[in-house]
Amino acid sequence: MSDELEKLFKDMAQSIIDGDSDISVELAQKSIEMGVPPLDAITKGFVIGVNYIGDQFGAGEAFLPELVMAGEAMKAAVATLEPELLKLGEAREIMGRVVLATVEGDIHEIGKTLVGTMLSASGFEVVDLGVDQPADKIIGKALEINANLIGMSALLTTTMVRQREVIEELDKEGLRPRIKVMVGGAPITRDWATKIKADGTSEDAVGAVVLAKQLMGKE
Amino acid sequence: MSHKKIKTISDPKLKLEVLTEQEVKKIHDATLHIIENVGVRFPSKRALEIWESVGANVDHEKRIVRVKPHVIEEALKKCPPAYALAARDPQQDLPLDGNHVCLGTDGCGVEVIDIHTKEKRTSCLQDVRDIARVADATEEVAFHWVPVSAQDAPVEARGLHELKAVWENSTKHVQTESIYNVEEAKASMEMAMLLAGGKEELRKRPVLSLMQCTAPPLGHDGGSLDAALIAAEHGVPTGFMTMASCMTTGPATMAGTLAVGNAEVIAATTLLQIAYPGAPVFYAAAQTSSDPRTGVYTGGGPEDFLFGAATNVLADFYNIPLSMGSFATGAKEPNWQAGLEGSLSTFMASVVMSDMLLGCGFLHGSRIWSYAEMMMDCEVFSIIEKMMHGIVVDEETLALEAIAAVGPGGHYLAQKHTRNHMRELFMPQFLDRRPYSTWEDKGDDARDWALEKARKILKNHQPDPLEEKISKEFERIIKSVEKK
Repeated sequence: MSDELEKLFKDMAQSIIDGDSDISVELAQKSIEMGVPPLDAITKGFVIGVNYIGDQFGAGEAFLPELVMAGEAMKAAVATLEPELLKLGEAREIMGRVVLATVEGDIHEIGKTLVGTMLSASGFEVVDLGVDQPADKIIGKALEINANLIGMSALLTTTMVRQREVIEELDKEGLRPRIKVMVGGAPITRDWATKIKADGTSEDAVGAVVLAKQLMGKE
Repeated sequence: MSHKKIKTISDPKLKLEVLTEQEVKKIHDATLHIIENVGVRFPSKRALEIWESVGANVDHEKRIVRVKPHVIEEALKKCPPAYALAARDPQQDLPLDGNHVCLGTDGCGVEVIDIHTKEKRTSCLQDVRDIARVADATEEVAFHWVPVSAQDAPVEARGLHELKAVWENSTKHVQTESIYNVEEAKASMEMAMLLAGGKEELRKRPVLSLMQCTAPPLGHDGGSLDAALIAAEHGVPTGFMTMASCMTTGPATMAGTLAVGNAEVIAATTLLQIAYPGAPVFYAAAQTSSDPRTGVYTGGGPEDFLFGAATNVLADFYNIPLSMGSFATGAKEPNWQAGLEGSLSTFMASVVMSDMLLGCGFLHGSRIWSYAEMMMDCEVFSIIEKMMHGIVVDEETLALEAIAAVGPGGHYLAQKHTRNHMRELFMPQFLDRRPYSTWEDKGDDARDWALEKARKILKNHQPDPLEEKISKEFERIIKSVEKK
């Protein structure tokens, strides 16, 4: 590997560690101009930074905002490289496809949004439908993108019952276990997840990534 | 009728300056800047129309409202500075006048440590009844929140079932955080009017108050806004609670989070004053810091404690009562963390004379109800109430006669002065002052005693019953909201 290429990969990793989307995008563009294979830019450059921050977080060194900023810098870099990948007919290896939503009647989404950022940073393809989403919209989108996972959040005890409706609907249409379901939100307990036959729940975003990987049989 | 007495903190001697006048002004100016330039989201058709009627800048697509400072400042002047929260039993009315700190339960939990089995389980309607009954018997709990969610009641009328359950089991004031849509709000007003004895009577003696959560940063929930407007129309005290959290739903800095939360609360309070000038309102808050590592809600920590003291300074600046989150520890069981967080949060919110305190009885950030924790929280409140009176220094308390009588050496146990004043000393129920060997032999502690006390109350305490006629009417109102 040339010194120049080595430096580029190192800078790419650093841009993720610094959580700097401007620089990660700039480096992604530079790699295209240099003719670096986009998959190399991802796996030899940017992903190294993601892994580093992940390890730091695991060791109790990094804080959540660093993880989020790294995730966003990664997302921006990958988005820049995506057209190149398409041109070459290549695809980044993804961990799985996920549809995220806050259920109908509920507008509280910060936790869910955070889960989305973490999942994308960890190599999942995420479609976040936002808030107040009825069952048919969630299931429809899951079918449309051939999702492996659905993640639903709710903050109110009066809306968490909607999580069960989505699961019942999926069961009725015979879409499980093909599509796995994760539920979350402040009032969601392990007991609730078991009761409504969800495939799992997590109390924070990092735990949600671990769960998603487990459900995909990746860890 | 000992249970009729309510213990509040009043005539305080302790003082704390957490923010200077200048600092409060800076936060206020920052807040007005935010409301004018960044805006606040009001996702309610009715709210947006009200804002338009006073010439606010309304972005209908994003449902964001930007308001000139003078509109906010003029409207806030119309807030009544003091009023009373009425109780089913008028002896238990609570003055929100700046000189009383009243303790309430909290909400809305989803699990309960069962009083008999000590096992954690999903909350249900019977829990709402039982908790109300135990709270009714304590001196420390001055008013109720709907403590846990009646998860076995139909979703569309759950908030009403909960209200009925509390009113049937206690004569104290009820503040609910679980009414957040038009249908239930209207029905709850009907229930409150029945209880108060009519529309005008409810206005004079609001037996119900409503608390609505904001949706930080800088947002509101549409249903909550509509429900709050209905309450304000009926003269039922209404507050907006911000739970903006440093680093996630607020800036990482405390001043910034105070400003964001303040913008949410005073913008919504302004809305109510524009629609119903002079409507009784209160400021509500339970800001916190997110955990830096995971971003989760903490339920305690130095930032929470400081917010607890600072927010009352803001509420005082606007001259409206405050309902402040205290207790409601992040601890998973009654333990060191629970004691630490409960004591400091409640002390800091009390020393500045927050009008209402919330949180009694909760673990895991208001998610798990514990009767033992409730009883121990009451004791913490009593300790703080005692401390707030400070030290009285006068001829009698300097005790020179007794000092001369005892002289160097000897003891004060046989002095008349001692007998006259010994009952002023605090007598704890749950602090372990036994000999070490007794503790070693028995192996029990405060948690056991607290639970035992709650069990006894639940077994023996009979609250003054609600007239059956009213209960029947409540039932009819609830039925009309339930889906056929």
